[in-house]
Amino acid sequence: MNHLSKDDFESTVYHVTQSQDGAVIEIEDFNLWYGPSQALYNVGMNIEKGLVTALIGPSGCGKSTLLRSLNRMNDLIENLSITGGMRLEGLPIYGPKVDVIGLRKRMGMVFQKPNPFPKSIFENVIYPLRVDGVRDREVLAEACERALKGSALWEEVKDRLDDNALGLSGGQQQRLCIARAIVSDPEVLLMDEPCSALDPIATSKIEELIDELKGHYTIVIVTHNMQQAARVSQNTAFMYLGRLIEYGDTEEIFTSPKLSRTQDYVTGRFG
Amino acid sequence: MNPGDMMEAVAVKPATRVTETRRSYESSLSARGEPFLWGFGGALAFGVLLVVGFLVLVTWNGITTFWPKPIHVVTLISGDLVAGEPTRSEPFKVGPERMASLSEAAKAKIANDGGFAHRVLLRTGNFDLYNDDFRWVEDYKIEKTEKPVGMFFIERQEWGAFVGGIKALSKDGATIAGEELSLDLLHKEHQAARRRFDAIHDIEKGAIGDVNYEMNQERLKIRKAVLKYGDNAPEVRVVEAEVEREASALRGRFDALAAKAQEIKGEDAKVQVVLNDINGTEKTMPLSLIVRFYPANELSGLDKIGIYLSRWGEFLVDDPREANTEGGVLPAIFGTFAMTLLMVLVVAPFGVVTALYLREYAKQGKLVSVVRISVNNLAGVPSIVYGVFGLGFFAYIVGGGIDALFYPERLPNPTFGTGGLLWAALTLALLTVPVVIVATEEALAAVPKSMREGSLACGASKWQTIRNIVLPRAMPGIMTGLILAMARGAGEVAPLMLVGVVKLAPELPIDGFWPFVHLERSFMHLGFHIFDVGFQSRNSEAGKPMVFVTTLLLIALIAVMNATAVVIRNRLKRKFMVGHF
Repeated sequence: MNHLSKDDFESTVYHVTQSQDGAVIEIEDFNLWYGPSQALYNVGMNIEKGLVTALIGPSGCGKSTLLRSLNRMNDLIENLSITGGMRLEGLPIYGPKVDVIGLRKRMGMVFQKPNPFPKSIFENVIYPLRVDGVRDREVLAEACERALKGSALWEEVKDRLDDNALGLSGGQQQRLCIARAIVSDPEVLLMDEPCSALDPIATSKIEELIDELKGHYTIVIVTHNMQQAARVSQNTAFMYLGRLIEYGDTEEIFTSPKLSRTQDYVTGRFG
Repeated sequence: MNPGDMMEAVAVKPATRVTETRRSYESSLSARGEPFLWGFGGALAFGVLLVVGFLVLVTWNGITTFWPKPIHVVTLISGDLVAGEPTRSEPFKVGPERMASLSEAAKAKIANDGGFAHRVLLRTGNFDLYNDDFRWVEDYKIEKTEKPVGMFFIERQEWGAFVGGIKALSKDGATIAGEELSLDLLHKEHQAARRRFDAIHDIEKGAIGDVNYEMNQERLKIRKAVLKYGDNAPEVRVVEAEVEREASALRGRFDALAAKAQEIKGEDAKVQVVLNDINGTEKTMPLSLIVRFYPANELSGLDKIGIYLSRWGEFLVDDPREANTEGGVLPAIFGTFAMTLLMVLVVAPFGVVTALYLREYAKQGKLVSVVRISVNNLAGVPSIVYGVFGLGFFAYIVGGGIDALFYPERLPNPTFGTGGLLWAALTLALLTVPVVIVATEEALAAVPKSMREGSLACGASKWQTIRNIVLPRAMPGIMTGLILAMARGAGEVAPLMLVGVVKLAPELPIDGFWPFVHLERSFMHLGFHIFDVGFQSRNSEAGKPMVFVTTLLLIALIAVMNATAVVIRNRLKRKFMVGHF
């Protein structure tokens, strides 16, 4: 059962009809190749505004690739080719005249490993504003405080904003990265396994934070941890071998999946 | 079975034989790798030994050079007297011809020592009297060796050292000799004489040199006007009249200065000192031409330290004299420092920008690989080739072009069209740029991908990412490259001989005349100084101590510059590399 040939797949099973109402991101028949090898096959899904959408699936299933395609981080890879389309609030992400930098400003991103810059905590948080050319010290300070409060880090670092960010603990660093991702008020927050490098306490803090952030932001989170997906997300997409297998309400995916493959994965029978 | 397993199997013997023989749980010597360890350790120890040995040799010879030595007076069996500082001694094999001319007692002694005799090299000085500075004295010729009082070691402005006594001092016609001629009196008179000497030197080299420089500038104005307006144009006449006015004022200043110098000289000539060497030959000279004198056999420890320090002081802050074998090396220190600094200023941006493009922007393909290989190969080109290129391209083509465009009035004398500080620095920058490029590329490649992604995901452009994140993070690595480049550049001599280093530079590249920094001027360099003093001077034996001292100084200078760069690098490292990455 674990070894499926690619032809075994039928089209994606959706729990609800995919409508464009309330969708921030629409993905349509998206295919992606790294050189000659295809990594994503005909992915189509709508990501709903203000909710947390989890991408789950075994390693190498393409969930990170899909996430990184959303803000075109994959552009850094040479020999990449795509077909199909994605839209952010109607704007074609892969359109010919898209300003990639402007696009990335609308989507904050948090990575697997905390990656604060070798700068002070303050400079880290306001980095997106800095590169935007904001100079006003008051505006920056205000934005910094708001973002740090938003990422639940303010109380811990408010007295040492000028310290080097590399001196923070791993969990604090990750929350700092979240603050950095939300400081310029993006529409979407992309999280690529944000807790995989953290201990359980730091993980639960981040999860609480994700819960608080939903509503303000649309969050797309890639995770390996099924419990985490169940805890934090409202919608879940299960991916396997580059295909979107099943997509729907988190509770339904975990309790009554329509495909046995999904059932096997969420119950830990394979993956 | 992968290769690693194979190795293990061999080390513990094949499994099938374990049942037959007692299995050995001791791994063999070669499996444990001990012999390799000894080899590696030995190689390291050998390398360290060579470096330490070299440093000890240079340092010891360098720091002992200036220590005052006693003067030995040797009475030979033939009755001749030789006086001098013992410099070194060695055993030598006595040739048959020389053996034949020896007395029976000497022959017997040499035969007893296996055909060897001992000889000592005395620094006898008095080159003006005997045409040599040094003399070997064989032990079988010596009747006795003494260290008598009253023997002075006298360092002179010209002709090198004088070894002998001070017989008399004549001042304003009166002669002071014998008991009256005390050491205190000599020192007092000597200090006054040196002040006069410095005053004359200041006027002739300093003030009169300045006047000459300005005079020359005025002459060039006429030439410039002629080139601009043509011969006999009315504008030229105007300029000529103006220059004439200036020049007459300058001539007035010149005459006044010359008169003043003449006056001091006249006064100075009245104080003469009479020296006599061990054989009684007398030598009369102005007291002011003596740089330093001391009674070599009557010095206390404190006196010796004073002389030692004063010699170091002279070495570090004075101009060279006696074809560079005596005096100081200040112009060479300055030249080395200025050239290295200028080189770093050129090579740092050039190398870093090149590496940035190669690593960050260029599409990594065949062309970039070829460029990279070429850059690496540049590091293997003999440095003299760079010198030839620097002379041909920088000095003759670029410099010649600059001269034709901006300094036509000085032609045919080249301004930039010959070797100079700027061209030397550029040549060395070219020589060291591969080091900087390679180091910078590696530093850039070592910046974690997560940092770039983090910055790009924040909406930073590629250039903002490079400037704000990548470059600061790569800075310690870039600094390492610069340190290597600096060390290589500061120690390089061969190309410099073609593009601007001279034996004796008349002027420093920085002075009080606009534009204050004269990058076109030729300069002195410690590395070349070593070559020149050690191998190009009249008497290489006399220059030998200077070679060691200068080498010591050059090593110290490079060490100081490197240490500074290392401190800066470590500070950067602490700033950008802490945390768990």
